[in-house]
Amino acid sequence: MNPLHIFNTFSTWVVPCLILSALLYAYFRGVRVFETFVEGAKEGFGMSVRLIPFLVGMMVAIGLFRDSGALELLISVFTPVLRFTGIPVEVLPLAFMRPLSGSGALAIAAEMMNTHGADSLLGRMAATMQGSTDTTLYVLTVYFGAVGIQKPRHALAAGLLGDIAGLLAAIFICQLVFK
Amino acid sequence: MVNLLWAGMIVVSIIVAAVNGKMETITPLIFASAEQAVNISLGLISIMVFWLGIMKIIEKSGFIHIVIFFLKPIAHWLFPGVPRNHQAMNVMLMNMGANLLGMGNAATPFGIKAMKELDSLNNNPGEATDDMCTFLAINTASLTLIPTTIIAIRAATGAQNPADVIGTTIAATFCSASVAILSDRFFRYYHRYKKNKNKEEALNCMPKRSNPVGKK
Repeated sequence: MNPLHIFNTFSTWVVPCLILSALLYAYFRGVRVFETFVEGAKEGFGMSVRLIPFLVGMMVAIGLFRDSGALELLISVFTPVLRFTGIPVEVLPLAFMRPLSGSGALAIAAEMMNTHGADSLLGRMAATMQGSTDTTLYVLTVYFGAVGIQKPRHALAAGLLGDIAGLLAAIFICQLVFK
Repeated sequence: MVNLLWAGMIVVSIIVAAVNGKMETITPLIFASAEQAVNISLGLISIMVFWLGIMKIIEKSGFIHIVIFFLKPIAHWLFPGVPRNHQAMNVMLMNMGANLLGMGNAATPFGIKAMKELDSLNNNPGEATDDMCTFLAINTASLTLIPTTIIAIRAATGAQNPADVIGTTIAATFCSASVAILSDRFFRYYHRYKKNKNKEEALNCMPKRSNPVGKK
């Protein structure tokens, strides 16, 4: 059995199995499952709706930055710097997009895998970069927005530093492993 | 910092568009992004409602203690301001567990709920606490054991062995998580140091007292 198959099976089974075992366990422990479900679920609506102003504000800024040409400008500023470091220039758009927009970064990563080949060094780098960091600005906006936190304090800096470390690590580890 | 970043992105974008003569794209872009944001929030409602319902069952039945058994030992070290059996701890661990297993759409509701619980320990509403920052840092580092989406895309783009980036991904995630957690720790102590120093100056030669962990 190949590893891909195992992982696919695992990821399709894990959620249903969690729900199944949670329900069985709760039912036999005498929990009134449906009433409890509704009681917990009530909260979900308010939290999602409270998020709207935060998300609109942040996504407008990100959308503008991405599509107005500002992101390209930033990338072109960094391109000459990169030539000295041995980091392939092709990964820059993905590196800058990754903390800003999850769907945007995914599109770039998929495009890199298509153009350069999924098994090329660049394709694998793109995959590792995409998989090893998250969309920091989105996570920050969603998690803090839903509870009305306006001052994120040092969370943004810590998240972005983590992103930089993850992206650099992805590039260097791939160069070591797949070259 | 978030104010600077937000205003900076918008201002720079508009200037760049002006210089490139693409000003007519700005207004439609704003409204397209705003609409997308609202759609994401609305899309979250169904996931949030369902998973918070299941979460309540998991909690009330005590099943939670089985699920988070393996993660519990590190939790207290990561979040010193949260009491051991506080609900915030349970939901944070559920979020981390869901992330590790690649259950992305379950992780978000747990994470938001955890923030709400952490907020109940917050003395300054509207401002993030230390533990909120740590929790966020962990989530932005994308702690995962199986990067499911990326494996699927590799398979779709014709990789010989789509899962062979798992090792490099875990290694890189480990780097990003360590740096995020360590820098969060650094800021935590730095802020406390600055606060204590200010307090000392304000008290002006009053006898020194060690500051207890967390806000009381």
